[in-house]
Amino acid sequence: MAEVNTGDGGGGHGKHDKKRAKKLSTRIDMTPMVDLAFLLLTFFVMTSTFNKAKTMEINFPADEPDKEKQQKVNNALTFIMSKDNSIYYYYGEFFPANNKNGKPATELTKTDFSKDGLHKLLLDKNKGTVEAINKLSEQLKIREIADTTYKRLAVNAKGDKTALTVLIKADDKAVYKNVIDLIDELNVCQVGKYAVVDMMPAEFELVTAAGTK
Amino acid sequence: MPKIKMPKANPSLDMTPMVDLAFLLVTFFMLTASVRVSEPVVVDTPSSTSDKILPDNVLLVSIDRFGKAFFNISNPQVRISTLDRMGEQHKIKFTDEEKKRFGAMTSIGVPIDKLKEYIKLDDSQRQKVKSPGIPVDSLDNQLGEWIQFGRIEAAKQARGEKDKAESLGREFKYEPMRFAIKADGAASYIAVQDIIKIFTKKDIYRFNLITNLEQPEE
Repeated sequence: MAEVNTGDGGGGHGKHDKKRAKKLSTRIDMTPMVDLAFLLLTFFVMTSTFNKAKTMEINFPADEPDKEKQQKVNNALTFIMSKDNSIYYYYGEFFPANNKNGKPATELTKTDFSKDGLHKLLLDKNKGTVEAINKLSEQLKIREIADTTYKRLAVNAKGDKTALTVLIKADDKAVYKNVIDLIDELNVCQVGKYAVVDMMPAEFELVTAAGTK
Repeated sequence: MPKIKMPKANPSLDMTPMVDLAFLLVTFFMLTASVRVSEPVVVDTPSSTSDKILPDNVLLVSIDRFGKAFFNISNPQVRISTLDRMGEQHKIKFTDEEKKRFGAMTSIGVPIDKLKEYIKLDDSQRQKVKSPGIPVDSLDNQLGEWIQFGRIEAAKQARGEKDKAESLGREFKYEPMRFAIKADGAASYIAVQDIIKIFTKKDIYRFNLITNLEQPEE
């Protein structure tokens, strides 16, 4: 292979020759070459980046023709992101103060990105789905169901009618990181139905009031 | 008494296998290494637990922390034909040399009328230029045009490749162009939303948001 000719190897050919060439050492000093090879190796190892960028796939809703029209959603949790990484949320439908239906006005509750804040809240509100998925993964572990079945059932559980729906809204003081963190937390907490939507003016007033308090 | 003769060991050992391996690795790393041209903008993406890998064929819009937009298409052919279309739209003629250089560039963050000068610069000069970002106003929505033309040209390119593959009797695997958004974690969400609105106006609703991988806490 990469063996260089040594003295006896060359001697075999020249057996029948009368004239013998002057015996030169055919061994080349390979040290500089090897040095260079390792130098290059180190360089490429150091500079190569293995990790490709990771992404999060998300669908955004199309622009609705009628912005004021509220969508009726069951089991909806609305998050409003504001300045200094604060999150406000309310559960269910939004009722402005002095509404026609005579319902009490919606009040915002404040939470944060800590484990006892958002994570706990989401797990609590999404209990049904989390339990269903935990049960499925138990079944997967003991090989009661195949992994493709597991995936299908998990998607079904997340898209279930009774599953939690989350609406994400952000005001002008929120940063992009907040939204990504929130979506990430939703993924961790098995919330399958979520959408990033525009804020209503009434909500904006509430958040501004809550922020200045 | 005869002296105990130590067997004379050859002090030089055969390094051939090691060298073979070293060269093999060098070759591997050289071939897998991709030339990374420096981006005109530093974007510090937020982290998430998502471990999906970004597809190869993307149209990328980067948003820096001040909300400036930068545009990139990964496929060089599509980049060049998109530039052609943009030039037509804005009555700017780009030479073949300029197109070639543009094909090898990364994200751009300059308005179309400044692009000619920007292409002329070399890589180290480009580093010093402060890009103003691509205009995204509703009056002069160049980012929207870039997206529109990029999408059309990508579809044309895919069609061309498909026809070529079919005429040669080969199977063609269509990989649609994805729309990626790489925004800085500190960018205002409203700025990102404005750019997403540009996409949704063009009936593009599905995005890949680029994030760093975060190790989940246990």
